[in-house]
Amino acid sequence: MKVVVMIKQVPDTNKVRLDKRTGTLIRKGVPSIINPEDKNALEEALKLKEKTGASVVVVSMGPPQAEDALREALAMGADEAILLTDRAFAGADTWATATTLGHALKKIGDFDLVLAGRQAIDGDTAQVGPQLAEYLKIPQVTYVRELIVDDGKVKATRALEDGYEEIEAELPALLTITKEANVPRYPHAAAIMTAYREQEVALWGAEDINADPESVGLKGSPTQVKRSFTPPPKEPGQVIKSAPSEAARDVVAILRQKNII
Amino acid sequence: MDFQLTEEQQMMQRMVRDFAEKEIGPVAQEMDASGQFPWEVIRKMGSLGLLGLPVPEEYGGCGADTITYAIAVEEISRVSGSVGITLAAHTSLGLDLIYRFGTEEQKHKYLPSLAAGKGLAAFGLTEPEAGSDAAAVKTTAVLDGEQWVINGQKTFITSGSIADVVIVAAVTDKSAGAKGISNFIGEKDTPGFRPGRDEEKMGLKGSVTSQLFFEDCRVPKGNLLGQPGEGFKQFLITLDGGRISIGAMAVGLAQGALDAAVKYSKERVQFGQPIARFQAIQWMIADMATEIEAARWMIYRAAWLKDQGVRFTKEAAMAKLYASEAAERACFKAIQIHGGYGYVKEYDVERIYRDNRLTTIGEGTSEIQRLVIARQVLGKF
Repeated sequence: MKVVVMIKQVPDTNKVRLDKRTGTLIRKGVPSIINPEDKNALEEALKLKEKTGASVVVVSMGPPQAEDALREALAMGADEAILLTDRAFAGADTWATATTLGHALKKIGDFDLVLAGRQAIDGDTAQVGPQLAEYLKIPQVTYVRELIVDDGKVKATRALEDGYEEIEAELPALLTITKEANVPRYPHAAAIMTAYREQEVALWGAEDINADPESVGLKGSPTQVKRSFTPPPKEPGQVIKSAPSEAARDVVAILRQKNII
Repeated sequence: MDFQLTEEQQMMQRMVRDFAEKEIGPVAQEMDASGQFPWEVIRKMGSLGLLGLPVPEEYGGCGADTITYAIAVEEISRVSGSVGITLAAHTSLGLDLIYRFGTEEQKHKYLPSLAAGKGLAAFGLTEPEAGSDAAAVKTTAVLDGEQWVINGQKTFITSGSIADVVIVAAVTDKSAGAKGISNFIGEKDTPGFRPGRDEEKMGLKGSVTSQLFFEDCRVPKGNLLGQPGEGFKQFLITLDGGRISIGAMAVGLAQGALDAAVKYSKERVQFGQPIARFQAIQWMIADMATEIEAARWMIYRAAWLKDQGVRFTKEAAMAKLYASEAAERACFKAIQIHGGYGYVKEYDVERIYRDNRLTTIGEGTSEIQRLVIARQVLGKF
């Protein structure tokens, strides 16, 4: 069995500031990490590797420095790492990203399962996974917190707001994994050494994956960010300091006034 | 020259920091209050290879360089000095002596399980009457047929009562002075070896510091480390490396104190504004950050020299001296910035200050470091 995990390198915080002039993220000085839920996806793949002997391939699209994220995935236990990096890929929206990843998966070919994080902490779109499944025309199950692979099928438990859903899908399938699924392992110190000293990260450009330059990157992106802005901070709450009996009356009056009760 | 950590070192730093914050941070305060040894944390560190970082892979370690090891000690100590010193004593004293001076047989016998953290190693050097004057060791070892018979007492031995393996320094030739000292590999549960009490310390309460007693303790002849009479020379070499790790521990503690002070000074409001806006606080923060930066680079440089295979005695002594004393100043200022809250146990800086106090004493006091440095600078005259 071959499991392919899609990972993204993201800035290590939810509090990255925006450049007010350009509307883009200020990434300088912010350390980069593997997107947290992509790590959960990788952990699920590594558990399958331990259980079934599956081979685990990690794929990321990004600038050359995203190689670090892939090395970390190798240190955690992935068998192979592929970085899709090319100037032609730059400026991609989720559609163009899914297209690029799709080309790479077609080149990899013999995969049984594709795992991705539910969403990335920098964009929060949760779109790339589903779009990629559509591109590949394979079944998709999102928000997965538990999965069992058996007899050419995957049984997955989806975590929804008001309960769980159990879904069975034929392989190959794509699953997006939530943080509730597991606690990702730490890489072993010796595996960190090996990841840098002995293992390779394959670099694939647009030509390597037979991608039409018009269909990837900025050119292949039907959407574009027009403007980014920080929403104004929430206004502070109102403190009612009067005696309890009066305060209760005041609270009720305010709630009525706002049509809450 | 290149002042950049390698990508490999950076990833190791991220991993150890992540581990320390998630696995040690939540229990650091509790460890200090209860004085319980954190076996669970130590076992987890073992399973991640953190207890055998500089040991070559063929002996079950990770083959990391000294800078990487120093980074690990710093990151662990930033969260807990107790775990930091346990790691330091195990790795750069216990394991180092075996790796550096042991026979192939000894290395293969002891290093793999110790490097995997299945047990801890300790070094029994200090005695009630032999501290800075390490050559004044009174413990004796006498060869009797196929066994060495050890008699004597050790004190202030980090992890002494809980270690699986204790390297013991003992006099094998009384007439030869420092050249009559030899080191032996001792195993716990050997008849005649008895741990005494564990000390009640000012800080580092989650680490174990023990008295050890040897009463006709017999160890196999083959447990001698190197040749008879080489013990003093051996531990001077090992202690050079040990100083790098105590210095790294001090840098970690100081960084922990600075992090806490920065956070607190931005949150604490007095006179209508965060106290970080006041120059009096800013200057303390600036001094702390500057001295920590200097200390860290001194540690890295001593570690780098060690990895180059050149002599680093002076640089290690300087780094340990400066780092431990700079950390003392940084911890003092961190409490000053916290004011009354810094003096109570609810805030980490109270613990960090007590934990750091050891670093100007252990593995050579500041005074011994100055003596070593002065000898190196002045030369023979």
